Amino acid sequence: MVPSYVPLWYYLLLSGFLFACGVAGFLIKRNIITIFMSIELMLNGVNLSFVAFAAHWHALSGQVFVFFVMVVAAAEATVGLAIIIAVYRTRETLNVDQVNLLKL
Amino acid sequence: MHLILFLAFGAVCVGGAVNLLAQRHPINSALSLIAVMAALAGEYLLLGAEFVAAVQVIVYAGAVMVLFVFVIMLLNAGEEEHTNGSRVAVLLGVPGMLTGSVLVAWVVLRNSGTESVAIGALPGHPTEIAQLLFHDFLLPFEVTSVLILIAIMGAVVLASKPEAATGKVE
Repeated sequence: MVPSYVPLWYYLLLSGFLFACGVAGFLIKRNIITIFMSIELMLNGVNLSFVAFAAHWHALSGQVFVFFVMVVAAAEATVGLAIIIAVYRTRETLNVDQVNLLKL
Repeated sequence: MHLILFLAFGAVCVGGAVNLLAQRHPINSALSLIAVMAALAGEYLLLGAEFVAAVQVIVYAGAVMVLFVFVIMLLNAGEEEHTNGSRVAVLLGVPGMLTGSVLVAWVVLRNSGTESVAIGALPGHPTEIAQLLFHDFLLPFEVTSVLILIAIMGAVVLASKPEAATGKVE
């Protein structure tokens, strides 16, 4: 079988695009849950470049880093969603424009 | 063949990411994010990272997104409304995103050499990852478990009812 190769920069381009979409969603979206999902999108984009570089340099540590990023992302999502629930309980809105008082 | 698979999964990724931005209702955004994550798992498989692909499906597309969908349904989140702030955000965010992606693409393309990733080149066998994880990265691994414990307790404290958090039980 002929070995087929995918250029490394294809992966980096896709990863950069996902990250840019995450940044744009973070800036554009007004719903606090969607803003959170944009952060997850950014983390996914970074993970892709981690794995691509790990495959390129034959370094398995890149995959372990991805594992740690996933763990931290899961912890962040848990606490963040709990904060969203707390905000909704006091503010009764998910729009970040209406959450304008520092006091919860 | 691998290039075709890469392009197919990449198209799903790009479409899902754009759809996440375009949709107004959070549940649609969540579903497109699940599509992005599943397609990314395919990309990881193409890169020979089977362990990461499995963890991506189980943890990200599974656990984290279930949490998101659960909160969306719990809070009965509807479509986001347009405000002054959202108009400003779109006016600033869309050019910012375009600038960012063009910048990233320019840097990547300028430095793009002939390097390519051989498919299945990486010895991504779970045994070797376990060796790394439980030997070389043992301390970070243990610290992560403490982090998760703190996250669990923080989530319980934050999401519980205010009177329950202060210890007043009827």
